[in-house]
Amino acid sequence: MITIHSLTKSYGAFTAVDDVTFSARAGRVTGFLGPNGAGKSTTMRIIVGLTPATSGHVSIAGRAFRDLPNPGLEVGVLLEASALHAGRTGREILTIAQRTMGLPGRRVDEMLDLVSLTGREAHRRVRDYSLGMRQRLGIATALIGDPGVLVLDEPANGLDPAGIRWMRDLLRGYADGGGTVLLSSHLLHEIEIVADDIVVIGEGRIVAQGTKDGLLRAAGTVVRAARTTELSRALEAAGLAPTAHDDGALRIEASPELVGKIALAAGVAVTELRAAGGAGLEEMFLELTAETQREGAAA
Amino acid sequence: MTAIAVEGTRRQAAPIRSVPMSRLAGVELRKMFDTRSGFWLMASIAATAVIATGAVILYAPDEELTYASFGSAVGFPTAVILPMAAILSVTSEWSQRSGLTTFTLVPHRGRVVLAKAVAAIGIGVASMLLAMAIGAIGNVVGTAITGTPTVWDVSLADAAHIVLGNVLGLMGGFAIGVLLRSSAAALVAYFVISFVQPTLLMLLASRQAGFQDLQPWVDVNAAQSALFTIGSPVTGQEWAQLAVTEAVWLVLPLVVGLRLVLRSEIK
Repeated sequence: MITIHSLTKSYGAFTAVDDVTFSARAGRVTGFLGPNGAGKSTTMRIIVGLTPATSGHVSIAGRAFRDLPNPGLEVGVLLEASALHAGRTGREILTIAQRTMGLPGRRVDEMLDLVSLTGREAHRRVRDYSLGMRQRLGIATALIGDPGVLVLDEPANGLDPAGIRWMRDLLRGYADGGGTVLLSSHLLHEIEIVADDIVVIGEGRIVAQGTKDGLLRAAGTVVRAARTTELSRALEAAGLAPTAHDDGALRIEASPELVGKIALAAGVAVTELRAAGGAGLEEMFLELTAETQREGAAA
Repeated sequence: MTAIAVEGTRRQAAPIRSVPMSRLAGVELRKMFDTRSGFWLMASIAATAVIATGAVILYAPDEELTYASFGSAVGFPTAVILPMAAILSVTSEWSQRSGLTTFTLVPHRGRVVLAKAVAAIGIGVASMLLAMAIGAIGNVVGTAITGTPTVWDVSLADAAHIVLGNVLGLMGGFAIGVLLRSSAAALVAYFVISFVQPTLLMLLASRQAGFQDLQPWVDVNAAQSALFTIGSPVTGQEWAQLAVTEAVWLVLPLVVGLRLVLRSEIK
């Protein structure tokens, strides 16, 4: 469980993280979603104590990160796959983590197995690694202490489709086993597939948060009818604001049930009626983050 | 399907104990050897000691073939290489960005710096003992070749002073590393302080009569050289000059650097 309470980080006049409050719960994958430069990485660096917060606090299972006696055993961290000493071999980097945490040496081989780095690859220097291999090594370092909490910044970057699938299964398994997973991404699709809870951040501020299902419901309804204009007028008469898509569908911020009733009352035959789901979420995500960007530009 | 082979999450059976300093120092020691450059830097200490010993045997006049000659000869390359090793052990965390992992695994940054200092001093002392042993072999072999008597004219106090001098030199580099946290900048600063500064100070002293008396209290290299002169005891004034110069060139940058390390953002 990670609890973040009104966290703020300012660099002079610029506020990178602005009064951010949310928690990542045990047994769930929490997706931290936002465009580039929204403050995701800064928030994560503050969580693990690399960046001092201007105000607010973070606790992990009730304690500050720096009060964890052996943090590697409690929190697995992957912030940047490129932040590895290029002159060390992959195996050596894992060995350093294993020794620091005081783990048995066999954990190194177990982790190399887990992330599918072969013995030959593990003996190569990290400067010769692809981004995907570095990412795998970073995951191995995060998992070696068998921690109950994972903090992963853009872990899918550089992974091939099979790797992304593997990562998703791994995180799902971790959360199902009772672990807390906080992962960030700027790709909605990635988060949507694996996350139980979603926190959307833009310009340092949280613009939406909740369970994925809740956010999907809030994303509204897509409806299609042969007589679109008539349906649109009926919806507007009911106080709703339908938006027309290029393909003739309408999106409305209301439940499919309500939209169906309105169509029935108006006597318009509906050809498609469903929750907007992922596409709606994406639209919402773009809207929300665009709004904060405009606000930022105006101020 | 090895994918989900994680053993679930940790069931906290035993209370987690904090990472002991001995383990941290061991890890930091390992990190000084585990890259090619690190390894060869360390290997070069032994290699240059062998070369210096060979040079004394080849070029020193027979009557100077005593342990003092060997001791000074092997000490010189070590005194240059050790501070570089100490600098890199600190700065690589920033320049190579491995600090992101290091300071996440050990959030108390002061402990990491202390572990690095312990490892660096350990290496400094061990390297000096190794270099002196190589010098001793050179003394035995060299005098056997020339047929001159083997002279052991380095007292235990002399040897201790040489080791101390090297440790101070190494810690001077360490302090620059902590202060600047960039490999390139710290190495340049170290070379300027060790090789350019003495000449500048000497030049200044020769032009400015007033500075002449002050120079021994500023010039850290001159103060340290008192420790390296074999056969003459270190005087009280020399100890005082050493204390003052080290306060300026070692303690001050280390304290300022530590404050910066503790407060800065690790990126």
